[in-house]
Amino acid sequence: MGHKIVILGGGTGGTLMANRLRRLYSREEADIAVVDKDDAHVYQPGLLFVPFGLAHAEDIVRPRHRQLHKGIAFHQTEIDRVELDENRVELADGTRLLYDVLVVATGARLAPEETEGLTGPGWMENVFTFYTPEGAAALHEALQRFDGGRLVVNIVDMPIKCPVAPIEFAFLADWYLGERGIRGRSEITLATPLDGCFTKPIASKHLTYLLEEKGIGLEVEFAAGEVDGPGGRLVSFDGREIPFDLLVTVPLHAGAEYVERSEGLGDSLGFVPTDPGTLQSLARPNVFALGDATNVPTSKAGSVTHFEGEILTENVRRFLAGEELDATYDGHANCFIETGFSKALLIDFNYETEPLPGRFPTGVGPMPLLKESRLNHLGKLMFQWMYWHMLLPGRDIPGIAPTMQMAGKHRAGQPV
Amino acid sequence: MTMTEMGGTTVELDGEGFLVDPHQWNETVAAEIAGANGIPVLTERHWQVVRFMRDAYLANGTAPSIRSLGKESGVPIKELYQLFPKGPAKLAAKVGGIPKPRGCI
Repeated sequence: MGHKIVILGGGTGGTLMANRLRRLYSREEADIAVVDKDDAHVYQPGLLFVPFGLAHAEDIVRPRHRQLHKGIAFHQTEIDRVELDENRVELADGTRLLYDVLVVATGARLAPEETEGLTGPGWMENVFTFYTPEGAAALHEALQRFDGGRLVVNIVDMPIKCPVAPIEFAFLADWYLGERGIRGRSEITLATPLDGCFTKPIASKHLTYLLEEKGIGLEVEFAAGEVDGPGGRLVSFDGREIPFDLLVTVPLHAGAEYVERSEGLGDSLGFVPTDPGTLQSLARPNVFALGDATNVPTSKAGSVTHFEGEILTENVRRFLAGEELDATYDGHANCFIETGFSKALLIDFNYETEPLPGRFPTGVGPMPLLKESRLNHLGKLMFQWMYWHMLLPGRDIPGIAPTMQMAGKHRAGQPV
Repeated sequence: MTMTEMGGTTVELDGEGFLVDPHQWNETVAAEIAGANGIPVLTERHWQVVRFMRDAYLANGTAPSIRSLGKESGVPIKELYQLFPKGPAKLAAKVGGIPKPRGCI
């Protein structure tokens, strides 16, 4: 009898894990099953471009099952719950899946209904999110109708997927409104619960400078408590108000709903407490997690999931072979930050080392870190091809290690 | 880092006024930090939040975010902002003698 491996979620993490494990084990050695509630795999980094007409929602969605290699079973149904004591997953269609190893890769869901008024009157009229294909497409329509006024971008609270996306949205809105000749009669404000525009100090400083240069307002330590769509008011818990004509919100994030129904699996927000070095869950030794579904202290981003996948595949193998786990995942993340006008920044960081200036990869590479360039923009566009053809099939990217490399990065006070 | 007299003992504070060593904390220290941060009196509701924060930190090594506080401490987020103006998670951590919540990544 082979090992039974069940993977919950057919997004970035679930797909790349299934394909990596399928390559590692023959069909006699392991059965691999993937569960997802639908068959629509969204290239999420593409959502940012949809509101500006730079991408179309239908072009960034492909069938999930087509991304899975041969010999992987795909169950398209909701997950009811995981019974940790029984090593069993109960699916909504009545199927019961027994596992030797469970990989949780169900990502994060949006919870706009948790913010007072957010999904009330005004939702999808003058209040939108670009974090879903439908929202991004509707926002595209609204931006085309927009004729100047107050555009507010708001992060309700952390954690969110891709913490740089709201900043990128503000940068692109500046470019877009300029192209349409209405930038002069528009105000753009980014309202964030953080004490700066980004979570890491050095990158935050660089990005704040870019915001200032582009005339984008920044409202920090703003904890959004209520949205009044018809009145055009965004109100914080401590009573501050920001008026808007168009609100672009990044709603609260939570883990998948079945996590809450699965006793002992998740925390109060539905994320899975996970060892940051090995990616083994704290719930059970035979339960692992990667990507947005975990609580590990790094960005919720596709690059993180890719780097995690390499180490997690090795750890599933070690676990099933009775060997000690590899604890070397370091929180490595790598993100392009679109800044408008066909330019982008690149940042590369991990749990301990914040994004630093320099060159990537490893100092000899052509891409400048924390600095605008056209090459980084091309890199961001090329990433979409790499996503479907390298990340999801579970291939390593040549020259880019899963752990962060210090070569090519500069700290203040050190010779360049 | 600065050394300062509080609650009859010498404690070490970081640049933002958080205790460097959570074990130097006691209830008098808490009251003094609260007073210096615009909370003249710590009510039972304040204590509920401060104790919850401190216990969670000592058990898990990280302080809960404002959202977890709202879900788990028994005090809703709106009231948290009334009790600890501006930044409830940050201020309650400070009063509770634990490091600034990382929360943001």
